Amino acid sequence: MNLAIRVIPCLDVDDGRVVKGVNFTGLRDAGDPVELAARYDAGGADELVFLDITASSGDRQTMLDVVRRTADCIFIPLTVGGGVRSPADFDRLLRAGADKVSLNTAAIADPNLLSEAAQRFGSQCVVLSIDARRCPAGVSTESGFEVTTHGGRRSTGIDAITWAVEGTKRGAGEILLNSMDADGTKAGFDLELIESVRREVRVPLIASGGAGSLADFAPAVHAGADAVLAASVFHFGEVTVVEVKQSLAKSGFPVRNTSL
Amino acid sequence: MTTQNIVILDYGSGNLRSAQRALEKVGANVTVTADFESAVNADALVVPGVGAFAACMRGILEVRGDAIIDRRLTGGRPVLGICVGMQVLFADGVEHGTAVAGLGQWPGRVEQLAAPILPHMGWDTVRAPVDSTIFAEVAGERFYFVHSYGVTSWELNEHDLNRQPPMVTWGTHGTEFVAAVEDGPLVATQFHPEKSGDAGLALLHAWVRSLH
Repeated sequence: MNLAIRVIPCLDVDDGRVVKGVNFTGLRDAGDPVELAARYDAGGADELVFLDITASSGDRQTMLDVVRRTADCIFIPLTVGGGVRSPADFDRLLRAGADKVSLNTAAIADPNLLSEAAQRFGSQCVVLSIDARRCPAGVSTESGFEVTTHGGRRSTGIDAITWAVEGTKRGAGEILLNSMDADGTKAGFDLELIESVRREVRVPLIASGGAGSLADFAPAVHAGADAVLAASVFHFGEVTVVEVKQSLAKSGFPVRNTSL
Repeated sequence: MTTQNIVILDYGSGNLRSAQRALEKVGANVTVTADFESAVNADALVVPGVGAFAACMRGILEVRGDAIIDRRLTGGRPVLGICVGMQVLFADGVEHGTAVAGLGQWPGRVEQLAAPILPHMGWDTVRAPVDSTIFAEVAGERFYFVHSYGVTSWELNEHDLNRQPPMVTWGTHGTEFVAAVEDGPLVATQFHPEKSGDAGLALLHAWVRSLH
């Protein structure tokens, strides 16, 4: 295979502003998702993810405006997730300029949402985002991994691997796999989780959660990830997208834009 | 150089905004519409497409896209198909065991690719002919693909002396597939140039320049 391993920065957006601090120099407005998106595009990102963490569902209009302005100035794929609850939400984001939309909690509550979205808009734009963790005491699943909601705070008892398989059967064209155990630790991706999902699903797999240093990325790809996603290590400038690509290339993986 | 007026055929398929912005960025004047006369008479027409082959064909036929494309090509007026907008130009497409007729501009069947991971999603290289117009400046670059189906073989009819044979650019994902075609006024890419960063913009720029 010659397909490049994708390196994807993720921006958490709250009411139109990027949260979780961003430490780039030379930005006019470090909280502006549009300006940051353009910066990452110029910095070699293969794709971008916006995660809308706005608490009130009433103000989704702000996110649509952010998506619109971003799509107007960057020419790489944009995935938008967070608070998507219906095919109508999906449609609005696609029309605003999102290329893919990720579903998480709403798909757990109503798996039919995945099927409907895939039928109406095509699997290529349906991303199933799974917040998985190792089963804590009192919870047991066949794989040992369960799906969580509410940022990893709430247990569902659903087997994460089974859910990934069902999601792709229902038409998800990609899995965004977030390890809630590894998230924020900067101790590397959860390789066992990635391997377990990779064994069972045939759609592209984005690994997320745990990236702390350059050495963390190649093992995730070895474990079966087609793309690697990170937030804070990029935002704080601890590693750059190009550095990640160079480290992947050194491990023998195909990448694009290593010499910006 | 006069500005080219380009129509993006709006038949209800996906994100058209990116294609519009990318073409504007390379200097074209872009209208997104399904209006028959505008689509027939524009300097160039873009036929986008994402999702299912059958759904795209339905949408195209509803706005009489078949007649629009036929009329344009009869007059030698340029058309660019993108992604499923390229696939529908072939004879037919098979999804879930059922064949649906395409626009039949080119021979060949659109089928699911035989690859371990589908969709083919991400940045990949292509093998373009040396005399390609659209790849002239970006032959070694990667372009953004997202598709599970493709045309895996094409018998070039070299006995057809009435016209130049089409130039076919190939990609590989599990199997070889048609990544782009340049056939006189009819040009198409399986990948999304409007999502392929600077390489995609350069390719679109080359296409827009070729319209003059």
